[in-house]
Amino acid sequence: MSKKVLSRLNKQFGDAVVETHSQFGDDTAVVDPARWKEIALFLRDDRKLAFDHFIDITAVDWLGRREPRYEVVLHLRSMSRLHRIRLKARIDEPSIDSLVEVWRGADWFERECFDMFGIDFVGHPDLRRILMYEQFEGHPLRKDYPAQQTQPLVPYREGANNDKLPPFGEDMGMPFGRQTHDHDAAGRNLLGFEKES
Amino acid sequence: MEPLDVELDEGELELPTDPMLLNMGPAHPAMHGTVRIVVELSGETITKADVQIGYLHRGFEKMCERGTWTHCFPYVDRLNYASPLLNNVGFALAVEKMLGVTVPERCQHYRVALGELARICDHLVCLGAMAMELGAFTPFLYMTKARELIWDIFEEETGARVTHSFGRVGGMADPPTDNFKDMVRTAMPVALALIGDCEKLLLENRIFLDRLENVGVISQKDAIALGWTGPVLRSTGVAYDVRKAHPYMSYDQYEFDVPVGSQGDNYDRFMVRLEELRQSVRIIDQALDQMADTGPVDIDDPRIVLPPKNEVYNTIEGTIQHFKIIMEGIKVPAGECYSYTEGGNGELGFYLVSDGSGTPYRVRIRPPCFATTQGLSQLIVGNMIPDVVPTFGSMNMIGGECDH
Repeated sequence: MSKKVLSRLNKQFGDAVVETHSQFGDDTAVVDPARWKEIALFLRDDRKLAFDHFIDITAVDWLGRREPRYEVVLHLRSMSRLHRIRLKARIDEPSIDSLVEVWRGADWFERECFDMFGIDFVGHPDLRRILMYEQFEGHPLRKDYPAQQTQPLVPYREGANNDKLPPFGEDMGMPFGRQTHDHDAAGRNLLGFEKES
Repeated sequence: MEPLDVELDEGELELPTDPMLLNMGPAHPAMHGTVRIVVELSGETITKADVQIGYLHRGFEKMCERGTWTHCFPYVDRLNYASPLLNNVGFALAVEKMLGVTVPERCQHYRVALGELARICDHLVCLGAMAMELGAFTPFLYMTKARELIWDIFEEETGARVTHSFGRVGGMADPPTDNFKDMVRTAMPVALALIGDCEKLLLENRIFLDRLENVGVISQKDAIALGWTGPVLRSTGVAYDVRKAHPYMSYDQYEFDVPVGSQGDNYDRFMVRLEELRQSVRIIDQALDQMADTGPVDIDDPRIVLPPKNEVYNTIEGTIQHFKIIMEGIKVPAGECYSYTEGGNGELGFYLVSDGSGTPYRVRIRPPCFATTQGLSQLIVGNMIPDVVPTFGSMNMIGGECDH
């Protein structure tokens, strides 16, 4: 059933659909970011597809692993036809059309994605941080944001007890059991320990 | 003195009426959950509302990128802390989907039974807190008592009362205890009786009903467009329940109904949750009946499941196997998957990306509360300040989940 969704999408948009797959049973279409909103509108309004239920929008940072760096991932579901689709767009510059006009539910999800990855959703009515505070610098879920970094809004008190680092600081406790995907653009691990190859 | 009969514009006699901004929260005595609602008031009517979340943000997704897949279980526990076992099972199912394995029948029934018990806890907390915020303290205590019965079962089964971390990829941390079925069968009638008492106390109370009926109404179309799922969506009349629409585990083997509302107001949301409590008890009964007393709980795959402790301490193969799984983690095939289950508040989704190593490359949780809470401002605009309290209560926003 959902295979039909992919073939219909392919038929309608041809070249704009870069790639499709159905790994683990999830139908996925990678599309041209320039036509992101157009395709979203088609998915919503086409009577045979009818993706009226907004599920999720998020991103994946592939720093140093893949080009382009960001992947915006959208999950949709159809209330009437009970099928689902995952739509992805690969972008290098963190900027893509906002889908708030298509599904109102995208509002907070796009704000969260902006907050965590710094992806600029063009046309979003109120794009500001949602989970982090206004003064926060950087975007925490990017791979080049070190996990042990702290940005206290209220400075730590002077004195002996101010080594308030997260429990996974330099002393890992169990270093060889953990690994991390955090690294900078050159592929250098931000925690300073070996990454498993 | 000026004569009193001077013709004055009526507007000049009025006091200045600039809109007034009022902060509710982040710690407000009449609301559970850490959320801040900035409301703009005209008199006592809300003209604009900005809901601000994030006070409980703990970087769940970032933390998950730093350990093995199994390291994530304690974190998912703390998402929806009112029903941690549902999260545990949801995450386990997501990883199992990528590994392409299915747990044995016995484990499926066990997971369902525990999950439905957790769902009862979740709904009890929501209903109890909602009643308490409206001044009805007794039902809250009754419901807490009912929840306590279930927590005793959880303590017996998992060793912990609140955050169990009991799920594992490919099974559960421990098989069911010998008297699991007896405990549940004894506790359920008592809990149902308590719930019945609460129902009698609340649903014939005019004050309680007046504050629920026709307050915080949302249309079916709006609810779908906002991405709502779970009891709040069903209260508008959409019979979408992941357990029925896309059955996972053994949910297709049980008989249960999906209660729906008609109006999408606070009363409907309250009643849908109340009815779901009874449906959960029905499911638990059937799951216990179908669950075998003996048989494997974990799948039989040494690459995924830890060997029994006896083997770990006495054989070299067991030791190595244990070491590999603990230190390197379960090797999940590279790729991506989205797995969804019915959590306490709706569709709880996990979008996982693996690079083939023992550490998740990206764990994305799709919290049902997040979508629900973004509809809150729409529900309260046009209503009065006291209406915020039952409306917020009926949404059951869980900070840990909503704020990641």
